Amino acid sequence: MDPKVIPNTPKHASSSQIPPPPFSLFIPTNNLIAMAMAIKLPLILLFFSSSLIPTFSLFEDQVGLMDWHQRYIGKVKHAVFHTQKAGRKRVVVSTEENVIASLDLRRGEIFWRHVLGANDVVDKIDIALGKYVITLSSEGSILRAWNLPDGQMVWESFLSGSKSSKALLTVPANLKVDLDSPIIVYSGACIHAISSIDGEYLWKKDFASEGSVDVHQLILPGGSDVVHAVGVTDSSQFDTYEIHIKNGGLLKHTSASFPGGIYGEILPISGDRFVVLDASRSVLVLITIENGQIHLEQTHISDLIHGSSGNTVILPSKLSGIFSLRTDNGIVFIKVTDEGKLNVMEKVDKTVVISDALPLSEGEQAFALVQHGDGKIELSVRLVHDMSSNHLKETVKMDHERGFVHKIFINNYVRTDRSHGFRALIVMEDHSLLLLQQGEIVWTRDDGLASVIDVATSELPVEKIGVSVAKVEHSLFEWLKGHMLKLKGTLMLATPDEVAAIQKIRLQSSEKSRMTRDHNGFRRLLILLTRAGKLYALHTGDGRVVWSTLLQSLRTTSQQCAGIKLHQWQVPHHHALDNNPSVLVVGRCGLSLTSPSALSIVDAYTGKELQNMGPVQHSTVQVISLPFRDSSEQQLHLLIDADKRAHLYPTTPEAAHIFQRESENVYWYSVESEAGILRGYGVKKSHSSDTPSEYCFETRNLWSVVFPSESEKIIGTVTRKPNEVVHTQAKVIADEDVMYKYISKNMLFVATVSPKASGPIGSATPDESVLVVYLVDTVTGRILHRMTHLGSQGPVHAVLSENWVVYHYFNLRAHRYGMSIIEIYDQSRAENKDILKLIVGKHNLTTPVSSYSRPEVTTKSQSYFFTHSVKAISVTSTAKGITSKHLLIGTIGDQVLALDKRFVDPRRSLNPTQADKEEGLLPLTDALPIIPQSYVTHSFKVEGLRGIETVPAKLESTSLVFAYGVDLFHTRIAPSRTYDSLTEDFNYALLLLTILALVVAIFVTWVLSERKDLQDKWSWPQTQLWLQSSSEQRLLNICSTPVNMFVNQNR
Amino acid sequence: MPIILPAKGGKGAETVESIHPWLFEVRSRPLRPRLPYRSSLSLSLQLLLMEKGKGVMGSRKWAVDFTDNSSTPSTRDIPDPPGFTRASLDQDDSSLSRQKKDAESNWKSQKAWEVAQAPFKNLMMMGFMMWMAGSTVHLFSIGITFSALWQPLSALQGVGKVFEPYKDNKVDLLAPKLLYIALNLGGMLLGVWKLNTLGLLPTHASDWVSSLPPAHEVEFSGGGVALH
Repeated sequence: MDPKVIPNTPKHASSSQIPPPPFSLFIPTNNLIAMAMAIKLPLILLFFSSSLIPTFSLFEDQVGLMDWHQRYIGKVKHAVFHTQKAGRKRVVVSTEENVIASLDLRRGEIFWRHVLGANDVVDKIDIALGKYVITLSSEGSILRAWNLPDGQMVWESFLSGSKSSKALLTVPANLKVDLDSPIIVYSGACIHAISSIDGEYLWKKDFASEGSVDVHQLILPGGSDVVHAVGVTDSSQFDTYEIHIKNGGLLKHTSASFPGGIYGEILPISGDRFVVLDASRSVLVLITIENGQIHLEQTHISDLIHGSSGNTVILPSKLSGIFSLRTDNGIVFIKVTDEGKLNVMEKVDKTVVISDALPLSEGEQAFALVQHGDGKIELSVRLVHDMSSNHLKETVKMDHERGFVHKIFINNYVRTDRSHGFRALIVMEDHSLLLLQQGEIVWTRDDGLASVIDVATSELPVEKIGVSVAKVEHSLFEWLKGHMLKLKGTLMLATPDEVAAIQKIRLQSSEKSRMTRDHNGFRRLLILLTRAGKLYALHTGDGRVVWSTLLQSLRTTSQQCAGIKLHQWQVPHHHALDNNPSVLVVGRCGLSLTSPSALSIVDAYTGKELQNMGPVQHSTVQVISLPFRDSSEQQLHLLIDADKRAHLYPTTPEAAHIFQRESENVYWYSVESEAGILRGYGVKKSHSSDTPSEYCFETRNLWSVVFPSESEKIIGTVTRKPNEVVHTQAKVIADEDVMYKYISKNMLFVATVSPKASGPIGSATPDESVLVVYLVDTVTGRILHRMTHLGSQGPVHAVLSENWVVYHYFNLRAHRYGMSIIEIYDQSRAENKDILKLIVGKHNLTTPVSSYSRPEVTTKSQSYFFTHSVKAISVTSTAKGITSKHLLIGTIGDQVLALDKRFVDPRRSLNPTQADKEEGLLPLTDALPIIPQSYVTHSFKVEGLRGIETVPAKLESTSLVFAYGVDLFHTRIAPSRTYDSLTEDFNYALLLLTILALVVAIFVTWVLSERKDLQDKWSWPQTQLWLQSSSEQRLLNICSTPVNMFVNQNR
Repeated sequence: MPIILPAKGGKGAETVESIHPWLFEVRSRPLRPRLPYRSSLSLSLQLLLMEKGKGVMGSRKWAVDFTDNSSTPSTRDIPDPPGFTRASLDQDDSSLSRQKKDAESNWKSQKAWEVAQAPFKNLMMMGFMMWMAGSTVHLFSIGITFSALWQPLSALQGVGKVFEPYKDNKVDLLAPKLLYIALNLGGMLLGVWKLNTLGLLPTHASDWVSSLPPAHEVEFSGGGVALH
């Protein structure tokens, strides 16, 4: 981590929308300005308007104070150990998130990591020459070599093939051809030989000319300079090719036809034996190559294993002389004898996972089996030639929440007594990665967090009253100590050690990671649903995992279930305060839209599944969170199935009653992107006789918007966030004029492009590509606004908030990305400007509005150029919606950029008038500025950025930002600065000391003045008073003596 | 305040009033602030009189009573000395100073006019300060504006007090009072005008609608692209 120093810009009062402008303390300056106003007014205003733009910026020592960043890699697909050298032991992995990473074998930390991007899928990885990591990606078309120690890319080769095929990579270990060791790659129906030193092409053998052969295996028999390629033509003929390794010349080609067809992959048993399943999956075919002849031998599986059905698969673990077969009943190890006989050796449970064979020193091979027990896993390592006994057997306790083992990779090391020790890298069902060694879990990585699907948040529990006095005293002492240190730091008295201590206190503030609700609402739980069907709760303070749970409702069926959506289910605020908040997880069991769904309600504090409703009968294509709650504050949800029926949850009579009361005004719509149709539906009040339950409602189609398929194709839709809070409906513009915003939650933004331009950028000419955007009312289907961008195309990323939508697209004519804004205003309210009527309340501004009243709207829009291509756009949201907004733009560089909404204001003009300037409108520029200080991710990258969530804090000025992708990043931002709170580094100790000093000073001066007063009073009557006037002097003559005398006596 | 001296001949006490009648006029005017009667300097020396005959403190032979009883002669136990009558004193005094009083009432009405005109100066100064403060909202301008509003208000509250010293049945205070009030109202208007120029008065429609929440929507609609 090397945070860059980002200078703090001077603090000025920011935009005019901010409610209480901080009182400027530059009184002299302001006076000067007031006086100089007449002279240099435009200049000063220009200066002001430019300095008014608030930017986020933080000092180097503020990094990590309120943000955290976590790096993940995703579910591991392949792993290659590198433990030969004496140096750092590491394992190189490739993952389903297309990450290549080198991990420390001791601690599991990432040495280096590369995220290849969504369309550059890693096919194979290996290590060449002991120093390069070789990766084959993009269906075998890109071969790269990375330097093993530091991850720098050494070379990259693009492999062109004639047609797409599977990708195979073979890195011969001890093969030298003219001082070079070639890498043999099969991809694009060609065999390529690439130099491992510099990635140069050595030769290429195209198989397209040999007929449509599909190569399954590349085999390099040790000691020879021939490559064997084994493949299948039209799934009915086996082919073997022998290719010379030096020049790629075809030496021999043999083939044998097999009319039964094959299923799956050919698995090599030894150098000249292969096994494959026939198309019916009931016959094993053993292929033997002898003297250039192919012999096929068929064995019925039912002869080997009794009572097995059709779902047989040959497992891809390569064990010499042995192969494993998975049937419905379990896994069977079958040994192929030298005579070509198949012998069943052992049957194990279906959940057993087998590793590849690991060559040991004396030509032996070992492999590992993992068996699942209750709360533990059993790892056994066996030697291939001696299957009867376990070479090593270890039992490791395993958390239930990690599920089953999915993959295992083993590696050996030589113990001090020259025996072999084994370490195993296992990938669990929740995508976590664990290293087992000597019966212990050495380290774990929660890499399921690299594939977050959906995010919800939850409040933390309220703090329990009754904290022990000792604790308070301790924390008070700590607090005072910390502040004294800070004071020292402020006064530049701290030693370097103390400065370090201050920084440590700031970063590890126990305050921010406590498990209770805080006053400002900064502490929350982020609830993340991952692709593995696991739910995680992360603390926003420090990003630690509070709980995690593998959803049982998604695991109960044999089908592949996956979570698809996460919704707030119950948020106790007023009633039901004893209940914990909970979330609803909607999953789908199966791949098609009509698959049955699984529902689960999970307690947000503990992660326990409160209600396991899955798998339910109906499918789910939409989840609609209704704005109604029942008496226990459960949110009503409508789940729309594939037959367009609405299912109401929770399934209680009370919820049904509430829904039936409100159902007249409940609508839903569907966007059918492929067909280019928007459809709106109404919900029928009573469930008809053919609906399965009383919580299932029929819907009827009310309207449809059909886009002409020859000219428009839907590429993006966006709506307002349902929980967004809007403070006001009026926008005050220059001269105190008012515009009324058209604020509707039922507004949908739709972007369409001409079908030709729906491909990647450059696939269509500017004349062919038209981008059309619509604002549609989803209750009535009315198109509120339509705008055409000629010569522009997608991808479109958009965000809709309040009454505006900002969208990002590519402008083909200008060859630049563009960003446009549409603001929509309600014209039917514009007459409400009579102040007297407003004062007495005679206006229609607060009466409920219906979409059927068809309010007249006007729009304002403008377009700007924008430098970056964009992965996601979001907008800040605050508790009351008063604070001005910032757009959060996930850039192509996987960073999050905060862009003030005022830059994308449609009312910016080239020559702003005086009133415009006072309003804070910026002069029009053609491009949106990118201020380096306004990257909220500062020096971090959120690799593989997919989404940005914003959650309002309780403090109005602040918004919590969570960006997720392969990495997770959380911070909080204040778009108009924290006008409602003191800054983090405010020195309370200094304030206290000042107050204390002032109080002491007051007391001292009071005592002094009292004393002085007394003295004065004593001296006054004797000396001055009586001498004051001449008339009294006469009196003095008479009576001064006795009075004085008396006073003296009295003393 | 009678000062009682011990009688030389032991006959009892005799007040000083008889010696210096003018003294009491002088004394009735507050020449100096009274000393607070504290325990340490208990100058409320009350020498107990022999007439009272109670609690005669040993060796003390005289007492000075600082409590001013002169205005309530009826409560006094001591009769006025022979040759001194209270009424004649007052008459004597008024007859002596009739001319003086005329001059005083003239002086009072003059003073009252002066006081009534005093806010004008204030007004001018305020105006200058406001001009200096400019029309942007910040600490200085807000302070000035609020003091411009507060000063006339407090002045108006204390109209009676301001003109109290000049109260006289011969002086007509109505006109100066009206002027005083008018000038202060003017000052207040100036403050309000300043408030308006600062934009702090709700005189625009925007001031009344900017806090109105968005209207409630009757219909609800949800949905979107089918979940994948």
